[in-house]
Amino acid sequence: MTDDPTTYKHKDQEGVADRPLERKAVIRIRDVRKSFGDNHVLNGFDMDLYEGENLVVMGKSGSGKSVMIKCLVGLMLPDSGYIEVMGKEIATLDRHTLDELRSDIGFLFQGSALYDSMTVRENLEFPLRRHKEKLGTPSDTTALVMEALENVGLGRTIDLMPAELSGGMKRRIALARTLILKPKIILYDEPTSGLDPITAKEIIELMRNIQIKYNTSSLIITHDVDCARVIADRMVLLVDGINYAEGSYTELSQSTDPKVEAFFKK
Amino acid sequence: MSEISITKRVGSSLVGRAKHFFVQIGELSYFAGRFFREVFSPPFEFRELLRQCYQMGNRSLVLVGVTGFIIGLVMTLQTRPTLVQFGAVSWMPNMTGISIVREIGPVITALICAGRIASGIGAELGSMRVTEQIDAMEVSGTNPFKYLVVTRIVATTLMLPLLIVFGDLIALYGSAVVENLKGDVSFQLYFNTVFDALGFGDIIPATVKSFFFGFVIGLVGCFKGYYSKKGTAGVGIAANTAVVMASLLVFVVDFIAVFVSDIFYEL
Ligand SMILES: Nc1ncnc2c1ncn2[C@@H]1O[C@H](COP(=O)(O)OP(=O)(O)OP(=O)(O)O)[C@@H](O)[C@H]1O
Ligand SMILES: [Mg+2]
Repeated sequence: MTDDPTTYKHKDQEGVADRPLERKAVIRIRDVRKSFGDNHVLNGFDMDLYEGENLVVMGKSGSGKSVMIKCLVGLMLPDSGYIEVMGKEIATLDRHTLDELRSDIGFLFQGSALYDSMTVRENLEFPLRRHKEKLGTPSDTTALVMEALENVGLGRTIDLMPAELSGGMKRRIALARTLILKPKIILYDEPTSGLDPITAKEIIELMRNIQIKYNTSSLIITHDVDCARVIADRMVLLVDGINYAEGSYTELSQSTDPKVEAFFKK
Repeated sequence: MSEISITKRVGSSLVGRAKHFFVQIGELSYFAGRFFREVFSPPFEFRELLRQCYQMGNRSLVLVGVTGFIIGLVMTLQTRPTLVQFGAVSWMPNMTGISIVREIGPVITALICAGRIASGIGAELGSMRVTEQIDAMEVSGTNPFKYLVVTRIVATTLMLPLLIVFGDLIALYGSAVVENLKGDVSFQLYFNTVFDALGFGDIIPATVKSFFFGFVIGLVGCFKGYYSKKGTAGVGIAANTAVVMASLLVFVVDFIAVFVSDIFYEL
């Protein structure tokens, strides 16, 4: 850890010569612990997400990736530890400030989590209910909804119900819903799980385009090594509830630590 | 296995169940407390409330109507011979009227709604919990407790009395049909007699308890669904236990209501 935790020297300095070396952390996690009864899921997890980067977090199924990401937006409370998002400590916020902060964070759920009693249009309009003022109070939200749908290439589906969509389409609609408030940080919980390799590639491509278009900072949880290789600026391996290893894809894939190697074995 | 150990096991499982029951009652009371805290504070979700009211009414109307009609019909057919025997058949409208409005109408309708509405809410909220839709609402700035739970509990509380009045009227109509066919009593005479026989002492307690029936049905459905366990099995359990608990509480509320109104009207 550097002395001043808001600045950071990138580990992989040659590879990112065009990037500034001093970077601002938009998410800081320190010594976070979380247990469910005797099941100790997070045992002092540390991590930073820097502005404008794609950070990939990998870990086995059940290692606590979803728990960690839910703690970031206050859906779960850690037992102890410190979590700061865009300079605000999550645990200390009241409901209003937390909602405000959440409008700057996009969350793509592992199972898409589309509201299945609503049409695609209503799904996309839902986040606008409380946060219209953020986008300058447009009375007609159709343009916003269409823009978000066009971003994921699904303009035609606006009046369909989620049950009428395929898994890949659902994931893309969920992504559109995440983007509609133009968040500064996007948290992806296994964006490609359960999709065929081609659709998975399309989703990854979309994620990259979004990152370029809106200059978001992204935290991507995945067990898909190919996804990680394509998208990761930096990677964190979550093993035994801690930040076990951290570095670029190349660094980690050449590691000789057996626990790290296990992730990259074909 | 010896008899003693069987008794022991039955005993300890009973203790376990009793414990579970009281824990549930405690959690349910806490849930109700949260409802009362949130129901009076803005933002209010009026559109969702109206949508829920409409859906609940729409879904239960036919069921409540058909059951009400059959109950009225059957009750009159069953009691008629006895009343004829005593030469008291002219008391028929008074008797059916009072028993339907005071007791049978509200309880039967509430039980049907416990089956229809509480299980529906339990399954719907349960699947929303399991598929993380409730979490998704939370992170998109809408309080899911207000949007999903408060609206549904208010909707059942408002709609149950209406459904009960509707069920009562259809049941009375069913009874009138029998009297009209078997006893040559005109519908007008029948209904006039019924409404003459009914006093405030019959209608007010029945109406008050209808609101409580609606409240417990919505409360239990939401409680079971909102805290549904993970997995699709959790959704089934939520729907199922919602019906059982709601039906049970309907009887408990009925007992308390009768007890209280009895004291009240004796004064
Ligand atoms: N609400 C909860 N109650 C109890 N235990 C939970 C809860 N949520 C998660 N857990 C437990 O925490 C552990 C980590 O779960 P988590 O969902 O974070 O795994 P994950 O790393 O996201 O796995 P996957 O890749 O399969 O999604 C699991 O053992 C799980 O059983
Ligand atoms: Mg997960």
